[in-house]
Amino acid sequence: MSLVIEELEITLAERSLVAVSRLAVAPGEVVTVMGPSGSGKSTLLAWLSGALDPAFRARGRVTLDGKDVSALPPHRRRIGLLFQDDLLFPHLSVAGNLAFGLPASLRDRRAREARIAAALEEAELGGFGPRDPATLSGGQRARVALLRTLLAEPRALLLDEPFGKLDVALRGRMREFVFERVLRLGIPALMVTHDPADAEAAAGPVLHVAPATPDGG
Amino acid sequence: MLKAAPWLTAGLFLGPIAAGLAGTLLPAFGWLPALGGTTLSLEPWRALLDAPGLGRAVLLTLGTGFAATILSFLLVIAFCAATQGSPLARRAQAALAPLLATPHAALAIGFAFLVAPSGWIARALSPWATGWDRPPDWATVNDPWGIALVAGLTLKEVPYLLLMAFAGLGQVRAAEGMRAAAALGYGPVTGWLKVVLPQLYPQLRLPLYAVLVFSLSVVDVALILGPGAPPTLSALVLRWFADRELTMWFPAAAGALLLLLVVLGAILLWRLGERVAAVLGRRWIAAGGRGGGGVVLGLAAPALMGLLLAANAAALIVLLVWSFAGPWRFPEALPAAFTLATWQAQVPAIAVPATATLAVALAATGLALLLTLACLEAEQRHGLRPGRRALLLIWLPLLLPQIAFLFGWQVALVRLDLDGTMGAVVWTHLLFVLPYVFLSLADPWRALDPRYARGAAALGAGPWRVFLTVKCRLLLRPLLVAAAVGFAVSVGLYLPTLFAGAGRIATLTTEAVTLAAGADRRILGAYAALQALMPLAAYALAVALPTWLHRDRRGMRPA
Repeated sequence: MSLVIEELEITLAERSLVAVSRLAVAPGEVVTVMGPSGSGKSTLLAWLSGALDPAFRARGRVTLDGKDVSALPPHRRRIGLLFQDDLLFPHLSVAGNLAFGLPASLRDRRAREARIAAALEEAELGGFGPRDPATLSGGQRARVALLRTLLAEPRALLLDEPFGKLDVALRGRMREFVFERVLRLGIPALMVTHDPADAEAAAGPVLHVAPATPDGG
Repeated sequence: MLKAAPWLTAGLFLGPIAAGLAGTLLPAFGWLPALGGTTLSLEPWRALLDAPGLGRAVLLTLGTGFAATILSFLLVIAFCAATQGSPLARRAQAALAPLLATPHAALAIGFAFLVAPSGWIARALSPWATGWDRPPDWATVNDPWGIALVAGLTLKEVPYLLLMAFAGLGQVRAAEGMRAAAALGYGPVTGWLKVVLPQLYPQLRLPLYAVLVFSLSVVDVALILGPGAPPTLSALVLRWFADRELTMWFPAAAGALLLLLVVLGAILLWRLGERVAAVLGRRWIAAGGRGGGGVVLGLAAPALMGLLLAANAAALIVLLVWSFAGPWRFPEALPAAFTLATWQAQVPAIAVPATATLAVALAATGLALLLTLACLEAEQRHGLRPGRRALLLIWLPLLLPQIAFLFGWQVALVRLDLDGTMGAVVWTHLLFVLPYVFLSLADPWRALDPRYARGAAALGAGPWRVFLTVKCRLLLRPLLVAAAVGFAVSVGLYLPTLFAGAGRIATLTTEAVTLAAGADRRILGAYAALQALMPLAAYALAVALPTWLHRDRRGMRPA
C-alpha cells in the first residue's frame, strides 16, 4: 500500500499556499514535512483527510495503492489522523473511544471487546477499558489515541505534530511506539512537524516547505 | 437538503413577520375588506388621534420604557464594574438561570403581591413599624406614573442583561485589560469603565435594544402593574383590538403602527445617545484621571443587585405562599394556616391550560431545536459564513413590538384558516422561541473543536454519526440549556398566544393575566406559581440530566 500525491496546488483567494508536484510514501515509510507555522502544513493534511475548508481551492489528486480517493468524503477515505492533542471523546470511556474506531463490520460484541482488550494489553494499558479518559496521564492518553486510530484499520496515517504536547521524557518512547507500528502494519505515514528530532526518529525522507510568500505572515 | 435549512428557517420566520406587518399597515389606512374597509383613507389615524388619553399613553410608554431600560443598564454596568474578577460575579451568575426562566407575568404578579398596599412587605412591617392595622390607601401597583411597571420590568430585565454582560465579558478578555489598567495606576472601577466597558458595549447593543423594545411595547406586565386610565400605548391598542365593536380595529391598527414608529424612534434616540456617550467617554478617557478605590460603588452595587435578586426570589415565593394560604388577615406576616384547598379546587380547571402550555412549549421548542441544529450543521458542512445580516434577522422578532405584527398575522391566519389552532400557536411561538434557542446554542456549537469531528470522520464515521454521537453528545449540556431557554420563553408568551389562539387556546399565561384583573389571590397565586414552576423544572432537568449521565466523566463537567 502506498500513498501518492500528484500535481497538488491549494490556493486561498488566488494566493498559492501549498504546491506539491509529486510525493510518494511507500508502505511502512514515514515521510516528514517540515516548515515554519503558516507554511501550509496543516492545510496539506486537511486536504489529504478530505476536510479542507471550502474557502480554499485545491487541484490535484491523492491515490492510495493507485486508487484515486480525492473525491471521497473524509469518512470513506480510511486515512487515519493523529493530532497534537489526543482528542479522546470525553463522554466515552477508554473502551468506548476504541470501539468508536473499530469498524462496524466486526459485528460480534464479544469479538469487539476482545479486540479492544488485546489492543490495550499490547500497549501496556491492560484493564484500562472502563476508565474515564480524563483520569489518564498524558502518555496514556496519547497511546489510546493512537490505538483508536489504528483500530479503524487505516490504509494511511497522517500525523499532525503528534508529539508536540508530550514532555521530553515521554516523547522518545511515544515516537518508538508510533513508528514501530507503522512499520509493522506496513502503511504509509505522512508527518508534519517543526521538531527536527521527530524527523530524525522517523528515519524517512524529509520534505522542507517554505512559507508561500516571504512576508505573508 | 440540509443546505436549504437556513432558507427554510428564514421563510418560516420572515413570512409571518412580513405578512403581519402588511396586515397591520393596510387596516391602519382603512383597508380591511372583511370589515368593509375597501378604500384607503386616513380615517383610522383621525380616530386614533381623537382617542382620549392617547398623548398621555404615548408619554407613559416612552417614560416607562426608557426608565426601565436605563435603570437596568446602569445597575448591570455598576455591578460588573464593582465585581470584576471577584467571586461575587460568579455567584450571581449561578443565581441567574432560574431567575431568567421566570415568565414575565408570574414575576409581575408576584411583585404585585409584594408591594401592594396589602402585600407581603406591608404585612411584614405592620403593625409594629407602620402602625397599620388595615392596608393604606396607596396606589403602589397600577400607579398613574407607571413606577410599579418600571420596577417590575427592571426586576425582570436586569438578570437578562447581566447574563448577556457575563457572556460578553468572556469574549473581551476583561481580566487582562484590568491588570494593564491597574499597572498604570487606574482604580478598579475607573479602569473597568475606561478599558472594559468600551469593548463590552458592542456585545450588549442588541440585547439592550431588545430590552428597550420590550419595555416600550410589553403588554402583560403593563396590564398587571401598569396604570389603567390611560394605560401604556400597547395596552391601549390591545384594548381596542379586543373591543366588541370591530370597527375599533382600524384605530387599533393605526395605534399598533404608531407604537412601531415610537419604538423605531426610541432606537434611533438610543443610538444617538451612544454617539454622544462615545464622544464624551473618549474625552474622559483621554483626560487620564485614575479614579479612586471605588469603595462606595463596590459596596452599593452588589447590595442593590442582591436586593433585586432577593426581590425576584421573594416574588416567586409569595406566589406559592398565597396558593397554599388558608385564612390570612391583613397585618399577619403569614397565613393563619396552610392548606391544599386552593390547589384541590383548581386542579380540574388548571389542568386544561397547563396541558396546552406544555404541549405548545414542547412543540415550539422541539421545532426550534431541529431548525437551529439543521442551520448550524448546514453551516459547518457547507462552509456557510453567516454574516451580520443573518444575526440581525434572528434578532428581528425581538426588535419589533409584538403587537405591530401579531394583529396582521392573525388576519393572515384567518385567511389560511389556521387561526385558533394549536399549529398556529406553535408557529407563532416559534418566532420568539427560535431566536433564543439559536442565540443560546450557536456559540457553544461553533466553539466545539472541529478536530473532534475530523478525527471521528478519519475513523470512518459518516456525517450523521459524527453529528449524533460526537457533536450532540459533547454539546449535550448547552443543547439542553438551549431547550430549557426555549421552553421558558414559550411558557411566558402572552400576546402571541392571545392572537394566534384567537381566544380559543388558553395557556397558563393568558389565564393568569386575565385572573390578575381581580381574582382571588389564592387562585391567581396557583396559576402564576405553576406558570413559574414549569420553566424552573425544565432548567433543573437540563442541568441534572447531563450531570447524571456524565457522573463518571471528569472531562464533561462544566468548566
